[in-house]
Amino acid sequence: MSLSKIKFDKKIVLSFWIILIALIIAAPTILPVFRLNLLGRYLSLSIVALGVDLIWGYTGLLSLGQGIFFALGGYCAAMYLQITSSSEFPNNIPEFFALYGVEKLPFFWEPFRSPVFTFFAIWIIPALVAGLIGFLVFRNRIKGVYFSILTQASLLVFFNFFNGQQKLINGTNGLKTDVTQLFGQMVGSESMQRLFFWITAFLVIAAWFFAKWVVKGRFGNILIGIRDDEPRVRFTGYNPVIFKTIIFSIAGGLAGISGALYTVQSGIVSPQFMTVPFSIEMVIWVAVGGRGTLLGAILGAVFINYAKSLVSEALPASWMFIQGGLFILVVTALPEGVLGWIQGDGPRNLLQKFGLKRKIETYPSLEVNNKEGNNE
Amino acid sequence: MELLLDSLFNGVAIGSVLLVAALGLAIVFGLMGVINLAHGELMMLGAYTTYVTQLIFKLPILKPFYNSYIIVSIFLAFIVSGVVGILLEKTIIRKLYGNPLETLLATWGVSLILQQFVRSVPLAYGTGLVISLLIGLFLPTSFPSKIKESINFKYFKFSSWLFAALTGVLTGNVISSSVSKLSRASARNVDVTAPSWMRGQVEIIGTAFPKTRLMIIVITLISVIAITLFLNQSAWGMRIRAVTQNRQMSDCLGISTEKVDIITFGIGSGLAGVAGVAVSLLGSVGPNVGGNYIVGCFMVVVLGGVGNLLGTVLASFGIGIMTDLIGAGRLLSIWPDMPLPLSNTINFFATTSMARVMIFALIVIFLQFKPTGLFPQKGRMVEN
Repeated sequence: MSLSKIKFDKKIVLSFWIILIALIIAAPTILPVFRLNLLGRYLSLSIVALGVDLIWGYTGLLSLGQGIFFALGGYCAAMYLQITSSSEFPNNIPEFFALYGVEKLPFFWEPFRSPVFTFFAIWIIPALVAGLIGFLVFRNRIKGVYFSILTQASLLVFFNFFNGQQKLINGTNGLKTDVTQLFGQMVGSESMQRLFFWITAFLVIAAWFFAKWVVKGRFGNILIGIRDDEPRVRFTGYNPVIFKTIIFSIAGGLAGISGALYTVQSGIVSPQFMTVPFSIEMVIWVAVGGRGTLLGAILGAVFINYAKSLVSEALPASWMFIQGGLFILVVTALPEGVLGWIQGDGPRNLLQKFGLKRKIETYPSLEVNNKEGNNE
Repeated sequence: MELLLDSLFNGVAIGSVLLVAALGLAIVFGLMGVINLAHGELMMLGAYTTYVTQLIFKLPILKPFYNSYIIVSIFLAFIVSGVVGILLEKTIIRKLYGNPLETLLATWGVSLILQQFVRSVPLAYGTGLVISLLIGLFLPTSFPSKIKESINFKYFKFSSWLFAALTGVLTGNVISSSVSKLSRASARNVDVTAPSWMRGQVEIIGTAFPKTRLMIIVITLISVIAITLFLNQSAWGMRIRAVTQNRQMSDCLGISTEKVDIITFGIGSGLAGVAGVAVSLLGSVGPNVGGNYIVGCFMVVVLGGVGNLLGTVLASFGIGIMTDLIGAGRLLSIWPDMPLPLSNTINFFATTSMARVMIFALIVIFLQFKPTGLFPQKGRMVEN
């Protein structure tokens, strides 16, 4: 993967930030609520994409189970919302319990009465689960496709569990959040949605800086080292298991935050968040945006989802073809993604092809060295 | 005793479906290292082939042979899925050898396209397309070598593709005008009805077994034996094993690795088609039918150890029997007066979906002790 980056002027960077912040502040007034809500949802999905980029783009671990952590975060948020707005229902427990004849709140719901606990649970629980799954898998040096298959199997385990347990978490119907109360207001109301949009936009930027901080410096170098040549990292004296577990649980935590934000904006969390296709889709956002480029993950998530909603509105049947084509195209023709292509040699090669730019002539040895250096 | 036999039969029945589905995957993944997520969709194509064959055999000309349509459809399904698999190999997978993660993503894309394809294209024209692919891919290879080596071969190739396209369109039109059910695209599930000789039950030692289940076991048995014989006895099987062991060396010794790749992938895909026939006997056939099996198949292959057919067989029967034991809560009926907490736990997992939870969890625990499956490949590499 190309490491060369375009260096921007400080003034350009500053004006970019000013425009971005102005857009975020102005978006709720410019966009109609429906579109604003969609944009907010896609922005929250970009946080999970950042996590996928950290583990796949930087560390080379293709997880097909990010949906687990995404949904866990969503369930944590939804359980808190349900339980705090259940005072008018019989037994002071959420309404759906009555359908299955449950009178006592299951024990694991209890701590979610506390907003502080929920605030931490949203990212710590997914991170812990991810750390546990990751540690068990990495400890045995299971990697590559075996890791992918095992994460997919874990995803199915969680899906079947959540799908089958009506009496514990309402099974396949999921937990609704749009009619619950938060700060004395309905979560589905317009003003709350606007608030959630701002929170999401702020958290996306925060997550971006956090991810940048993670991949910077020696920690990030070791991650890239694991991606490119794990045995060499091990023989140099590092223990890849620790680093892989840490980064996998960071990605899990990010997925949890993302899931919680997505849940409050879409109004429901259900086992559908843990289906196999959804988790693979997360990978394709990153792949199209550019793996190994953090901005690419964010842009990929937002743009592909936006394209999905636009295409599905116009031609419902064709989205599957387009999505399938994207998978094939990105793998065979554009392995570095759009942003990686722009930052790398893509535009120059394209211009050269049309004879608009002169080829850079180097000594053959230089070319060979350069290629080796960029090899993944 | 009767209970035990019943349980064993159920387990073997579940396991044999898994086995026939995983067999093609074991070959493609185990021998070539390709993660084919479109395997489930190739199964779906096999199931739809069964459906189309069934409808065509209802036409007046073929009506007398209706009872044998299921046998014919096994061969047709092998060919249909095999041809689609070969096309897949030639266009996409060939570029991605040595990059299993990339093949995973690309084949997922293919699976999405195939799913939408059966939803939005009438089955009659789908059949036509497959027929033209079949002719276009195989007609040029059947020319005498004098033509093949001549400089004008590309024109022959082009004209055979033209002929193939024409035949495909014609067949599509003929089928769509004669079988009305196939002339419209539909996303609805379809049903395959077993011929009369396969309905009902057989009694063995006082227990009744459904005939369709027995048929699936027979199909599985034949597939396993055939593929084992092919790999171990035939010349191409030997070449396939050679390429698996050492690609460069086989290439140096004059084995056409390109051909070996095509044949291996074609056979793996074809076996998916055969699995599709088996699956179509179990329930209704829809665009998503393959997705239900794909993860289970991968678990079988990983559990059995990659590149090892015996491991695949043992793993699928093991999973099948465990699924039945847990999912039907049979331990409870074998040992009725077990302590309460234990029986509560068993009851908790005694549904199909919860049994799956348990099985996958058990597999993950098992892989903690044997990370490379039941029968690992021996090697001295740092990377496995």
